[in-house]
Amino acid sequence: MDPILQLVNISKRYGGVRALERAQFAVAPGRIHALLGENGAGKSTLIKVMTGVVQPDEGRIVLAGTERRFAHPQEAVSAGIACIFQELSLMPDLSVADNICITSPPTRFGLIDRKAQRRIAEAALARAGAEDIHPLAPVASLTLSRRQMVEIAKALAREPKILILDEATSALTAADVGRVFALLKRLRSEGMAIVYISHRMNEIKELADDCSVFRNGSHVATFAAGTQSDAQTVEMMIGRDIAHAFPPKPAPRSDAGTPALETRGLSWNDRLHGIDIAVRPGEIVGLGGLDGQGQRELFLALFGVLKGVSGEVRLGGKPVSVRNPKHAKCSEIGIALVPEDRKTDGLMLPMSVNDNLSFAALDRLSRAGTVLAAAEGTAVAEMVRRLSIKVSDTGVAVGTLSGGNQQKVVIGKWLMNAPRILLLSDPTRGIDVGTKQEIYALLRKLADEGAAVMLYSTDYAELIGCCDRVAVFFDGRIVRWLAGADLTERALVSSALNLETEAA
Amino acid sequence: MPTDAYFHLREHRATCAAAALFVLLFAVYIAKHQVGWTVPVLTTASNKAVLLAIVAMAQTLPVLTGGIDLSVGMVFVLANCLASHLVVGTPMEAAFGVVVVLAAGALCGFVNGAIIVYGRLQPIITTLATGIVYFGFSLGLRPVPGGDVQAGLADALTGTLPGGIPAMLVVLLAVVGLVWLPYRRSVLGRAALAIGSSEAATYMSGVAIGRTKIVTYTVAGLLAAIGGLLLTFVTFSGEASAAIGGVYTLNSIAAVVIGGTVLSGGAGSAIGSIFGAFALRTIGDLLFVFDLEPLWQPLFQGVILLVAVSVGSLRLLKLDNRLDLFR
Repeated sequence: MDPILQLVNISKRYGGVRALERAQFAVAPGRIHALLGENGAGKSTLIKVMTGVVQPDEGRIVLAGTERRFAHPQEAVSAGIACIFQELSLMPDLSVADNICITSPPTRFGLIDRKAQRRIAEAALARAGAEDIHPLAPVASLTLSRRQMVEIAKALAREPKILILDEATSALTAADVGRVFALLKRLRSEGMAIVYISHRMNEIKELADDCSVFRNGSHVATFAAGTQSDAQTVEMMIGRDIAHAFPPKPAPRSDAGTPALETRGLSWNDRLHGIDIAVRPGEIVGLGGLDGQGQRELFLALFGVLKGVSGEVRLGGKPVSVRNPKHAKCSEIGIALVPEDRKTDGLMLPMSVNDNLSFAALDRLSRAGTVLAAAEGTAVAEMVRRLSIKVSDTGVAVGTLSGGNQQKVVIGKWLMNAPRILLLSDPTRGIDVGTKQEIYALLRKLADEGAAVMLYSTDYAELIGCCDRVAVFFDGRIVRWLAGADLTERALVSSALNLETEAA
Repeated sequence: MPTDAYFHLREHRATCAAAALFVLLFAVYIAKHQVGWTVPVLTTASNKAVLLAIVAMAQTLPVLTGGIDLSVGMVFVLANCLASHLVVGTPMEAAFGVVVVLAAGALCGFVNGAIIVYGRLQPIITTLATGIVYFGFSLGLRPVPGGDVQAGLADALTGTLPGGIPAMLVVLLAVVGLVWLPYRRSVLGRAALAIGSSEAATYMSGVAIGRTKIVTYTVAGLLAAIGGLLLTFVTFSGEASAAIGGVYTLNSIAAVVIGGTVLSGGAGSAIGSIFGAFALRTIGDLLFVFDLEPLWQPLFQGVILLVAVSVGSLRLLKLDNRLDLFR
């Protein structure tokens, strides 16, 4: 079938940095076209060109046979191109219905017709398979996964001809992913052209008809789905062979020895119930389960962010009560938390790489309230080298780095304190394959050096490949422990859904 | 699943709280007042309160977009000086004068918006500067206090309607019905709230941000001019006073906050600001009926204002997750 949208020889530069170089891309109605590539490969820029967020320096955009230029996102929207962004495009203070209808609300006598708007919102939510979301609820009151469903409903309400999903499923719970997949297959059969971006190969395998691979801003190859193996595809993406994604695990050790961190009956509100968990030095313990089952709250409770936590926390056998993050990071406690949202909780985006890296360790890098510039510079340079953070000058704003390098800065910021206990909340979300591997290797290395690591991840492969043991959460409780040969995708999924599992 | 009524109540709870605060303060005031609930007392109180209420409404609009307008008080003063020249003579001439005054206010707001959007300057510094310029115009128009205003119009708007209802309250209702409600329910007002909630998300949704901001500041200028016009009807003169402009600007911000609009934008209502302004005015009157030493009045006014704005923050004490403090 003829493509409905074609990008021909698109080039785009930011300053001296080449984001796209004579890139080609085309998508046809009734097809799902997967866009593959590492972060920084140019996928995001390509989407921004398609949606009118940025203008290409060179090249043509051909929509349904005619050449177009989109000077503003509005023009792309009215041309029938809707995009579901990885960074949510929702207004948190407005209601779900207001958000869905923001671009062109129904009006009567020049005023917004709330009844009609509500009907549109309900229809769009139903179409996205999220009819349980109340249209009048403020978006801020919804969980991340539900917000993403609103985002999808918002795109559908515009009746697009071309739908672009940029990592749209990375924040979704397993149940919502299922709904979105069913929806996308239905939309494909209705003749919509769909561009799908994801770092999860199994999703692409299930959905895609065509695949295009990008690397370093250039188009590498386009092929029909299923004609290339995973290994071949990954090789195209990174331009080198990846032998093993995960570092080898050490042999399971005995349960002897004092845990570095142990909780007994940890509870908070109605979100955490009697959590008993122990992590020994040298161990990586995974937190599994569906999104939002209390894993995040456990980390926040350990880090001293939550008020009214009951139960006992022991560090090296001694009971402690962590008052706040400042207390948590002090050398007697030594807990570090890498938060899930690096842009809001992890980094000060406009500040430099240097300032971000040293920020949590300024106590150690200063004397009488003055930062010791030389010591800071040495420590920062050492960390940049240790994590191989790709940055020409540590004075640049951290917001200008790619997602993978930003995440390395967040991790490095906490390694500066040499923590004994490292908590990581979904550290590889939206990060390219190469950086993921580096992070896995780093975690294993830290554990080998004696740190106790807790890793919460929404990616089952990661839990299986990285962790010695996994605690599966459901509704604020640990419902199952998995380790060794029991630690399989099937066991993780079934216990995450709290299904009766067959005897292990 | 919660009902529709729950979400409606949730949306308007800040406005309801401001209204409750005002009713409480006003009840104390009336109870303590020597004469109490009589037509002259109510008329005087509403004449003073409506002026601030309208300026507070003007302030609400930029604040909802996450901006601020430090020039509202100066536009208010400029409209007052202009009206003391133009709103005189025959009813026809006076009516023409009213139109010119309102247009001038809207133009001031438009200039603010245009500089903020096209000059890409921060609202706080833009309106600080333009406010001084507008005050310069006021001084040029009225180097010394004076002038006059069409008496028939003034008496009608500042007097009492049959049944003892202060006419000024009806004017306020008309402004709410003709300016605020259409704005709030229009596509433009929706876009303004969206900008305050998340400007990046609004842009990504394909909404025209520049136009929305310019219209918002223009309507703010129009509302400030309506306030200045009404001031002329109350005082029967024009006065280029930097003190009046400054006090109205700062009080309008306080009224907006008491009314439950968050200064970072995105959520709130001009109706809340009206009750915020009423409450603020009543605080001043309370000190009067309690016979406080005039020297102590500013101190007490400040303390009561602090208490009033703190009420809205009480819920923060209940937060179990300290991260929510920063959200």
